[in-house]
Amino acid sequence: MAENILDATNVTKRFGGLVAVNRLDFSIPKGAIVSIIGPNGAGKTTFFNCITGFYQIDEGDIVFDGDSIKGRSPDRISHLGISRTYQNIRLFSQMSAIENILVGMEPRLQSHWWGPIFGMRGTKMEEEKAVVEANQLLDFIGLRGKGDSLARNLPYGDQRRLEIARALASNPKLLLLDEPTAGMNPRETAETTEFIRNLRDEIGITILLIEHDMRVVMGISEDITVLDYGEKIAQGSPAEIQRNPRVIEAYLGRGAAGAATLEVTA
Amino acid sequence: MSDFIWRNAVKIGLILGTVVLLASAIGMVEKFDERDLIVGILTLGQLLLYIPALYAGYLTVVGEKKHAPAPTLLGGALAGFITALPVVGLIFLATAWPGIREYFVNVSPALIEILTFGQGPVVGSLILIGIMAGLGLLGAAIHLIPVRVRRPIITALIVTLVVSLFSDVPLNVANQLLSRDTVRILFGTKGITVAAAIIIFVISLAAAVFWEWRGRDMRQSRQVSQDPAATKRRQRIVTIAMLLFLAILPQILGIFLTNVMAQVGTFALMALGLNIVVGFAGLLDLGYVAFFAVGAYVTGLLTSTSDLGLGMNFWLAMPIAVAASTITGIILGIPVLRLRGDYLAIVTLGFGEIIRVLVRSDLLKPVIGGAQGILNIGRPTIGNFEFVTPQHFYYLILAGCILAWFIASRLRDGRLGRRWMAMREDEDVAEAVGINLTTTKLLAFAIGATFAGLAGSIFASRLNSVFPNSFELLISINVLAIVIVGGIGSLPGVVLGAFVLVGLPELLREFEEYRLLMYGILLIVMMLVRPEGLWPSAVTKREMHADAEDAAREGIHPEQTAPLV
Repeated sequence: MAENILDATNVTKRFGGLVAVNRLDFSIPKGAIVSIIGPNGAGKTTFFNCITGFYQIDEGDIVFDGDSIKGRSPDRISHLGISRTYQNIRLFSQMSAIENILVGMEPRLQSHWWGPIFGMRGTKMEEEKAVVEANQLLDFIGLRGKGDSLARNLPYGDQRRLEIARALASNPKLLLLDEPTAGMNPRETAETTEFIRNLRDEIGITILLIEHDMRVVMGISEDITVLDYGEKIAQGSPAEIQRNPRVIEAYLGRGAAGAATLEVTA
Repeated sequence: MSDFIWRNAVKIGLILGTVVLLASAIGMVEKFDERDLIVGILTLGQLLLYIPALYAGYLTVVGEKKHAPAPTLLGGALAGFITALPVVGLIFLATAWPGIREYFVNVSPALIEILTFGQGPVVGSLILIGIMAGLGLLGAAIHLIPVRVRRPIITALIVTLVVSLFSDVPLNVANQLLSRDTVRILFGTKGITVAAAIIIFVISLAAAVFWEWRGRDMRQSRQVSQDPAATKRRQRIVTIAMLLFLAILPQILGIFLTNVMAQVGTFALMALGLNIVVGFAGLLDLGYVAFFAVGAYVTGLLTSTSDLGLGMNFWLAMPIAVAASTITGIILGIPVLRLRGDYLAIVTLGFGEIIRVLVRSDLLKPVIGGAQGILNIGRPTIGNFEFVTPQHFYYLILAGCILAWFIASRLRDGRLGRRWMAMREDEDVAEAVGINLTTTKLLAFAIGATFAGLAGSIFASRLNSVFPNSFELLISINVLAIVIVGGIGSLPGVVLGAFVLVGLPELLREFEEYRLLMYGILLIVMMLVRPEGLWPSAVTKREMHADAEDAAREGIHPEQTAPLV
């Protein structure tokens, strides 16, 4: 078995009496594309928020690349090398595309805040280098020359990719994508799927995906975990998941479980 | 068609008539009547009566596409007539029932005298109605004049009125430059003379005509040369010219106006600091006066030669005072790190009050003087030269403002500015991309407090004393209003805001009693007409106008996605 970049053991998150994530064991092999699926309210995004430190977990532990992230604040976790995107795009909408990427580089920047006041050379050089790299990232996501447009003024698909670029700007080891193809038409969805696969193949980054579009999930995941009511009900390769009766039951209801196999185009 | 005009005339006339009635009943008209604009012709109080009538006439027909002379003029006259009615009602009410003063203190015989031109209620009312109807007619008649003729005349009229309103400025400049006799020809005790008014009107009319007929060519030729290098060069020239102008300003302004400028500068310095907290970082701080107070009191305690003070050198004391403000900024910042929006505003408001109560308290009286304040605060010296006059302090404050401007602009364009902006946009995401909210917020509070501390330090030394009532909540509100009116996040806007909200009221001391009313009106008008401020930053401008852009774009690009990778 390959080395894991993330190991979550026995993770539990409660909101009052509601158990959003219940004793979840979950791990991601280095360099893999792994998906979490499940019906609405299954706890997928909550689990994301636990990994990125936005929520503190109540029980269990999450170890990322040798460090426990339990009790760390989101900014420190991002310094460790975890980046994410959001289900509903959350760009800094009044900032330009390139500024969004520059903000995403924060964990990598070293210069002192007072550098600009004294016009320090190190600060200036770092800024110039950052701008060059940000422009390369813009090229990479197909937004060459649009760096000065406000994020909010970009077309929807561009915004999605800009959000991914912002997440990539910190050179993360693990990228969390929360429904990256939500609201896209079939052509855009296919392009985005291809884009995610390329990310892994070219940059070698590990990707964790939440997705509702089964064509995307089955197409690119190497491993799928299915959550329902905060609990893991199945895990395995796409082919295994499609045949798993508990998964079909969770999605389609008890009656369907006997005969059907999960519709790939669901 | 004309039906519309009549209804409009009644509606607008009643609205503006109510404004006139209010201005009369709260005493503004009477108070302002003491102030001449053009000696012997027009007082400020009369202006307050006449402008609404004129405006009513103008507004009434503003929606018309084509202006037929007869209905336009009649509509305007009707609007002016109706504008006069409420205040005429007041005249008769006050005449018939003198006891009204028990309820409306300001409805005095003197006010009625002003409103009726001393002619008794009947004749006086008729004159007033006649004048206001005539003005309404004039206001409507503006629409009948071709634009190219109309615009220079209106411009010249406005310039003349503004100059006469702020006649203190040209008067003080003239006192420096012209002989006593010349000054007497141009200026009365409170306002400009008819001769001066005519001169100003003619000159501004000539300039406006020139601009109207020739300006278009000049504007077009300017638009051609817009390459970045030329723009940058022009900016540099403007900056240098601006600095030179500010440097020689005290020489032409005279003592009184220089003192006003020093006051404006003090507030501009504070506003530059608050702008970092509110404008850049998006943290609404209503207790900003606290840091100003710390700067002033620490300077006072360290340099005062009275029993309370240590008699230290100002240049030694100032850095300590500024550092004390910075530290206070951090200390007050720590407990509010987790608070957002309204909650942050309320808690910081409380901090401001705590400081105010502390400096006033009996508990600390042995240390910081309580209500008696601290006297005999030391003045800065360089060698044998001592900063004494307003001019000297003007330069000191100017230096402070330039420094603050420089630091603010450098930080804004650097990494920290980007962090502030991201935090302002979305705190959660900013934290998720690796921004440490604690340090980023504390830096904003600390740097903002530093500028306020510097302002306080110079303030204490300039006034030679500090008293608790210089640090009321109103100062915080004032500085915040400067930032908002000037243009949130914009450095030139903030300085302009200080001129408008601090400088102008100093020149219009008649307004003193109505200062808060004016603030309220100004803020409401600003929010309606120019929500982005007088001189908005590029960012705010695009935020405020983004909706319009969105609407425009939706029609143009249906769905456009570049192929991926």
